[in-house]
This record gives sequence, C-alpha cells and structure tokens, in this order.
Amino acid sequence: MTHTVLVTGVSRHIGARLAGALAADPEISRVIGVDTVPPRARDLGRVEFVRVDLRSPDIAQVIAAADVDTVVHMSLVSVPANSRSAMKEHNVIGTMQLLAACQRSPAVRRVVVRSTTAVYGSTPHDPAVFTEESEPVEVAHSGYAKDAHEVEGYVRGFARRRSDVVTTTLRFANFMGPGVDSPLTRYFRQPLPPTVLGFDPRLQFVHEDDAVEVLRRMALEDHPGTFNVAGEGVLLLSQCVRRAGRLSVPLPSPLFRLLGDAARAAGLLDFSPEQLALISHGRAVDTLRLAGTLGWKPKFTSAAAFDDFLRAHGVSDSLPLSVLNYLTRR
Amino acid sequence: MEDFLTFLRRRVTGEYEVDEFGFDPELNDRVLLNIVRPLYRKWFRVGALGLENVPVEGGALVVANHSGTLPIDALMLQVALHDEAGRAVRLLGADLVYQLPVLGHLSRKSGHTRASPEDADRLLRKGELVGVFPEGFKGVGKPFSQRYKLQRFGRGGFVSSAIRAGVPIIPCAIVGAEEIYPKIGDLPTLARALGLPYLPITPLFPLLGPLGLIPLPSKWLIEFGEPIRTDRFDPDDADDPMVVFNQTDEVRERIQAQLNVLRLRRGPAFPPLSLF
Repeated sequence: MTHTVLVTGVSRHIGARLAGALAADPEISRVIGVDTVPPRARDLGRVEFVRVDLRSPDIAQVIAAADVDTVVHMSLVSVPANSRSAMKEHNVIGTMQLLAACQRSPAVRRVVVRSTTAVYGSTPHDPAVFTEESEPVEVAHSGYAKDAHEVEGYVRGFARRRSDVVTTTLRFANFMGPGVDSPLTRYFRQPLPPTVLGFDPRLQFVHEDDAVEVLRRMALEDHPGTFNVAGEGVLLLSQCVRRAGRLSVPLPSPLFRLLGDAARAAGLLDFSPEQLALISHGRAVDTLRLAGTLGWKPKFTSAAAFDDFLRAHGVSDSLPLSVLNYLTRR
Repeated sequence: MEDFLTFLRRRVTGEYEVDEFGFDPELNDRVLLNIVRPLYRKWFRVGALGLENVPVEGGALVVANHSGTLPIDALMLQVALHDEAGRAVRLLGADLVYQLPVLGHLSRKSGHTRASPEDADRLLRKGELVGVFPEGFKGVGKPFSQRYKLQRFGRGGFVSSAIRAGVPIIPCAIVGAEEIYPKIGDLPTLARALGLPYLPITPLFPLLGPLGLIPLPSKWLIEFGEPIRTDRFDPDDADDPMVVFNQTDEVRERIQAQLNVLRLRRGPAFPPLSLF
C-alpha cells in the first residue's frame, strides 16, 4: 500500500523527528514536510521539504499535486515569535486553511492533529485528573490554550463534514527531552527559577521519543478520536526544581505576574498568563484511553522524561545537597 | 540517624513519589502527621472506637459529622485512621482550601483533594479510603447552640459516588470538636469582605487575639459505625434521586444516633472541670 504523508511544522524539533521516523519506514512512499522556514541543517533523509505558509491557500495545491493521503498537523506554536496576532493567525487561520484543503481532497483518508492538554486550563477548581471527556472549568480566553481550543473546534467540524476521514486529535502534555526547547524547558534552565509563593503544582511531561512514537502510530493506523498523551505519574514543581539541583525563588503571585510581564516586555523571557496558571495550579491528565487503544504505554514516565532532559543539560548539586554531602563525608 | 540522612537526601534531590492527586506519603508520614499527632494524643486525648469497621484494604467511604469552627476534626480523623487503622484517608475538601496558597498544596500532599464527583469516583475506583463531611461549612461553622445537631447533608453526591463504586459507607461520629472553638457570634460583613464563609466570635477570639486561636482542650471520641453496604444497588441507581436521597437520610440518621450515644459515653467535655 502506498502512503504519502504530509507533515506540517517540519522545521521544529518534534515535527522534524516525526518526518525522519516516517521517512525511515519502507511502507511509506513519500514524506512531504512543510513549514514557513526551512528546516535547520539537520538531515531529514528522503523527506521532501516544501516551503509553504499555511495561512495561504498554497497548501491545497501541495496536497492535490502529491496525492497526500495522511496529514499530520504539527504546526501549532505556543510562543509568539514576533507578535501574538501573528501567532494566532499561524495557529488558527493556518489550521483552517489546512483543513479546508483536506476537505476538498478526495485522496486524504487520515488527519492527525497535535493539540495540547493546555485546552483543559489550570484553575483551583479543576478535577485532579482530566479525562478526554472533561470540560475545562474555564475556557481559555487568551493565548496558546485559546488557539488550541479553537483549532480543536475546527477539527471537530472537519470530522463531521468528512466522516469518511479518520480524524485524530492528540492532546500532549508538555514535551520534555534532550532536544526540546520550549518556554517550560527554558524555565527549568534558569539558574534561579521563580515559583509562586504558597503553590506547588503537579506537572506532567511527555518525552520527545514517546511523542514521536505516538504520532507515528497515529499516522499509520486508524484511531479516530481525541487522546491525552502524557508520561505516567506526576512531578511537583518543587520536585522538578530539586531534581534539577536548583534553588527556587518563591514570589507572591502579583509580584510574579508583574516581573513576568516586565521580562516579556524586555524580551528576556516569554512568560504568558497561562504559564503562570500552570505553575500555580498545575494539571494532570488520564492516559488510559491512549494505552488501551494503542496497547502501548509511553516508555518514559513524567519523572524519567524530566531526568532525561536534565541529563542532557547537566545537573549541578544544589546548595542543600552540597551541605548534606559535606556533613556526611567519610 | 543513617535513615534520617537518606531521607533528607531523598527530599533534597526530589527522588520521591507523589501520586496523581499530589499525595506525598513520605512527607505525610514523616513530617506532617508528626506535627498534628501531639494535638491528637496530648491535647484532645482522642479515643478511637469501632476500628474493626474500617476495612483493612480496598475502597470505602467514611462519612463524618463536621464541627469546630476550624476543620481540626479533619486532621484528627486523619491521624485516627492512620495510626489506629493503618490507612491513609483521602478527604474531600472545600473549594476554598484549594484556592488558598500553602493550605491547598499541603492538603494535596497529605492526600486530600477537592470535593468533586470526578475525584471521589477516581479515588474509590483505585481502592482508596475516602473521607467526606457532607455538612460542609454548614456543619463546621454552625453556632455553639446547635452543637451535636447534624445539619443538612448537601445533595448526597457522596452516596452516588459510593453506589457507583460499589463500596461500603462507614458512618463516623466525632465527639469533642464542637467544644474547641464555641462559636457564639459571627461577623458576616467582615467575612464577606475577606471572602470567607464566616468569621467566628468565640469566648476567646477575637478578644485574646492570636491566643484565642488555641483550641480548648476538650475530650474527644471518634467512632466508626457498622458499614452500610451499597453493592445491593445497581450502579445505575447512582443517578436515581429517590435512592440517593433515601440512602443519604439513612446515613445521616445513623450518624446522629451514633453521636447521641457517643456524647453520653464521653461525659463532660472538660473532665477535670466536671462541675462545668
């Protein structure tokens, strides 16, 4: 059976790894990667790169010309590169154009969309663990989570109109791993990560290898529906900071917000309100549906994924650990 | 000493397990419970009865009366079940707790979570011992004159959860909490301004300032009653309001009857002052 897979967002880390993994599969005849910027020097093997801005209708021509049958939409950005409106346009208008193109194409049989567990939000009123059926307590009214929420809305609309197409939505927890560069990984690489005074959220991570594996399986098999994807277990923020050998600086939430806004305005750090909500209230999701459907579990637990990220970036002994080592030396 | 140092090392390097609700059993056993245990043993001299009614393992729902102005009874119930029955109770707490800094995450670390059907169902499915105070703020914040009178039991969501999970309900009576901060008045306007459900006046608070926050050393008894089975119902009955209301009433009456007997059995709240 011949497969032609189109991967959007191929110039980003996970997108590139997925395209590489698909290209290595002899079952797949062509892998076409699209993005707005060319991929970095990285060797993508036989992946054919096409530079397309998803916001333009050009994507329809690519899909039609290559007889694409599987579309993996990875191009969801969580950080405004230059402006929030450009990010929103990229995420929402880009998805609309892509889905419009898929809807017109008779060849497309499978669509996999990357979403995020951020769609559940993060408030003190949340259930401890979200299942795919849980409604967010508060629908996001800004930023990445709102984009993802709207994207999912369009995907549901598409799935209704093209019920013959297998449509899969994957809600990923925060990516973690040696090659991941996200606001959260940058946060953990700071020498003194600030935390919100009096809050210690539960966090969940999905290792990049597991993320690629889930996407690869979904691109090759028919599993319609929405799935949470996260490593088993949770880590508390305080636990992450300790594992990283860092000392955190607890700030009262209003001061945290103020400094976060100032850092963002100065372009030092990108810290959005939904990240503040996450590191105040945290979030955990249930992944039974994914495990049951694929008969597979992520290889890395949340803790193992975080440790793997730390190994790649070097861990130093924290001050308390050094003191303890000094006191217990033999 | 060796053990303590490995414990410290684990804590400092973050090498410990926390469950999906944020429960940190090690911190709970080695730190948090040790802080409240003196209150249990020395201050309130709590006696625990009917421990044979607490299952050794598997899911069950402990339903207790709630009183005392501040939810100290929740802490004492936790120590009783941990020390005397060997079980970590997972209490379902008010929303307010999880909005507040410090209190919210300490509560999660000691195993508790926000009262919601999702969380209750999930804990019971996992075979945990769940504890709930269906009176909520109506119970804990009731005036001293209403002591040992059970308040309304909400909508009976706890019964639905027990039926869905097919786990027994263990009625639990707590005597002694009523006397720790006798609430003789209320400051509703100030309470509203602070976003609190009530702001109590007790004989010592706010008169003595922070000293007024020391609970009076009443004698406590906690009794676990005979389990009420819910596996005689069909899981679908969890959505039948008639079944749920009747079952809620039965649990409420059982606890009220238990309370009346237990109160007599305890005798005076402050034994050395038996004339009082």
